Amino acid sequence: MIRCENLSKSFRRARVLDGIDLDIALGERIALIGSNGAGKTTLIRCLLGEYVHDGKVSIDGRSPRKERTAVLGSIGFVPQLPPPLKMPVGQLIEFSASLSRADPKKIDAIADRLGLNVDEIRARPFIKLSGGMKQKLLIAIALGRDAKLLIMDEPAANLDPEARKIFFDLLAERQHDATMIISSHRIDEVASLVNRVIEMDMGKVVLDDKVADDVSLSGRFACRIVSRRADAALAKTLASWKFTADESGLVWTGEVAGPDRLRFMGMLSRYVALIGDLSLNEASR
Amino acid sequence: MKQLWLTARLDIVESLRARWFMIYMLVFGGIVALLFLFGLTESRVLGFIGLSRLLVTYIQLTMAILPIFVLITTVRSVAGDREAGVFEYLLSLPVSLGAWFWGKILGRYIVIFAPVFLAMLAAVLIAMIKEIEIPWYMFGYYTALLAAMAACFLGLGMLISSVARTTDMAQGAAFMTWLLLLLFLDLILLGLMIQERVVPEVAIGIALVNPLQVFRTAALALFDPQLIVLGPAAYVILDTFGAFGYKIFALAYPTALGLLAAGLGYFLFRRGDLP
Repeated sequence: MIRCENLSKSFRRARVLDGIDLDIALGERIALIGSNGAGKTTLIRCLLGEYVHDGKVSIDGRSPRKERTAVLGSIGFVPQLPPPLKMPVGQLIEFSASLSRADPKKIDAIADRLGLNVDEIRARPFIKLSGGMKQKLLIAIALGRDAKLLIMDEPAANLDPEARKIFFDLLAERQHDATMIISSHRIDEVASLVNRVIEMDMGKVVLDDKVADDVSLSGRFACRIVSRRADAALAKTLASWKFTADESGLVWTGEVAGPDRLRFMGMLSRYVALIGDLSLNEASR
Repeated sequence: MKQLWLTARLDIVESLRARWFMIYMLVFGGIVALLFLFGLTESRVLGFIGLSRLLVTYIQLTMAILPIFVLITTVRSVAGDREAGVFEYLLSLPVSLGAWFWGKILGRYIVIFAPVFLAMLAAVLIAMIKEIEIPWYMFGYYTALLAAMAACFLGLGMLISSVARTTDMAQGAAFMTWLLLLLFLDLILLGLMIQERVVPEVAIGIALVNPLQVFRTAALALFDPQLIVLGPAAYVILDTFGAFGYKIFALAYPTALGLLAAGLGYFLFRRGDLP
């Protein structure tokens, strides 16, 4: 689906992409990782036809630069930083839906699933929304179209646990008919979402590996935590993950999305001295 | 065509919500209000009387304010949008570069022309209510002149935005362009050049090339080509080419210059990095 041949890009004298060769097939879910300045954003911009470059890039055999509208019509993009658009939310949805020939109602529906009621914010300027709301809306716009390629730059960074869970469900629904490229600084943020990891450093691909794909994107883990004593900070954190406590306030139960389990464990590690018992069982697949 | 109009609409909505547009509206609305308030329609200076006095003052003030306003706001918002990531996101949508660039120009043109025209129209409406005689030919020609002026400086602004990669550079270049045009106005450096016995053809050539000078000469030439406020180069030009021919030139040349600059800007925009 995506082919990069000897892709190189320089800014003045700095070589930001250095002879990248890549083949990405339909249905692959790629984690594009690397430190700042590794070349991830430049690669994404080349895929979107936004940068002129040396070498070749083709998506379904077409150049994203020369056949912009045809190629970009099948790409859904979520940027890392939401653009500071002053236009109302309703117009942004209408604009992107019109260009992509998508149904605005589908975008509204996906935003609704992510916990964002578009009707309530339709007249609000996009720039005035909170970081999480902006992210949800951009995800809804990207997923609300029939995109065969989803390019997402740190897409879940601003989402709360509940929205992340739904976001993973939405990706799971698209995993067989779309290719996904998810960019991140850290592998643990996206490891459980993907089946292939591409690491970049100094403009080169330094690692290209397949990942064990045991946990499905829609998988759930039933979790039970017993706290040694009541603790307000732990209670607040678990409540944000939609966990509920029993009458004693010491036994907490809830569900964790499969792809989010590493992040969940990372969060729990901060309270390890408080935890007397912990179980995490795969509930459904 | 649909993509072009969608982009134009987008730019109009973005501009209407921007602070610069509020100031822009207030400036031109305020000028007309102040001119009426100071009783300009009732005074007579150098043969201008009634609404013609008001209109000629209005167009002189517009000539001083509109070019720098259009240049700075255009480059600020276009280069600023690029820097802030607006281009990265919106150009990831399936819109052709032609529709994007020209749609942006169309939207911005409407936004910058409408307030200056509406302010002038308001002046005419107030004059009608006050039963002041309306110089319709002058109103029509000034409308065309404002349209040409907006096209000219918008085109130059878009060219600067395409070349400059940062907002600071773009603003600096826009300011320098305006300053350069201002310096070569008839009554400033051009007058000095003539005084210093520069070859007349050079002085007249500069006066014909400088769009600010072209607008100034055309606006005043509507009355009396012998006016002393015209300046030496303008006097020679009008004497040589005739008032009517010059008035046509004053509309065609700046519009063509603006379109040429915008076309060059589009060429550079299309062949370079977009965000």
